[in-house]
Amino acid sequence: MELSLATRTVAEHTVLEVGGEVDVYTAPRLRERLVELVDNGARNVVVDLGRVDFLDSTGLGVLVGALKRLRAAGGTFGLVCAKEPLLKIFRITALDQVFPIYPSVEAATSATSDERDGSGPAA
Amino acid sequence: MATVRLSFSPAPVHVRTARLVGVAVARRAGVAEELLDEVRLAIGEACTRAVALHRQYGLSDLVTVEMSDWDSYTVRVIDHAPIEASVGLAKLPPDELADESLTDEALTTGVGFALLAGFVDDLQVRPVDDGTGTEVRMVWPVHRR
Repeated sequence: MELSLATRTVAEHTVLEVGGEVDVYTAPRLRERLVELVDNGARNVVVDLGRVDFLDSTGLGVLVGALKRLRAAGGTFGLVCAKEPLLKIFRITALDQVFPIYPSVEAATSATSDERDGSGPAA
Repeated sequence: MATVRLSFSPAPVHVRTARLVGVAVARRAGVAEELLDEVRLAIGEACTRAVALHRQYGLSDLVTVEMSDWDSYTVRVIDHAPIEASVGLAKLPPDELADESLTDEALTTGVGFALLAGFVDDLQVRPVDDGTGTEVRMVWPVHRR
């Protein structure tokens, strides 16, 4: 299945909904979109992986790149993922210790708002 | 024993084809359904690595994927890059993953190897028997019907 990308705003967060396969062929498009979002001023970004059915190391590299860019810009970055096969990928690579991962968009936006406001624990 | 061999130009677009073929042959060989996601990911990672090495060294040689089922399902992904390129296969510790100084390429290579090592119990990376290159050999159990 081809990569699909859609952006919406939820509670002052830019939510990028990703669907399909994120691999060595499609990951450059995801990278371009994330760079574009940050360049256009997005500072609180949530990437929703709910409709992703394949994710490889290239896709993971793009997500780490976005995390670094947002950290450098003083922003926040979170992932939404509840699918066990994808969560296993994050665990095996130890990236579950790098990314804040939430079960829903609502959980991600409220947690990163707390983090930004300093009123809650950093994820 | 059945063998399926696929060779493709080192372009990212063909890695998906290799994954699809690899999973189709695995299913037919009798690999358990619950392992097929891991087979798909591992074949993809091995092919991605081979394509990246060929592009890094400007090689137009074909990448080869050979799948065979005998008493197990064996997949060999063969590249033709200089052997020292394989030295870059190392698992990165978590505190280095988001390190600012780590290049995207190094990160992807390290994460790719972590996925291969994590998902394939029987994994070997070794020089090819003839000429220049590396073979990534992955084996999964099969259940005969």
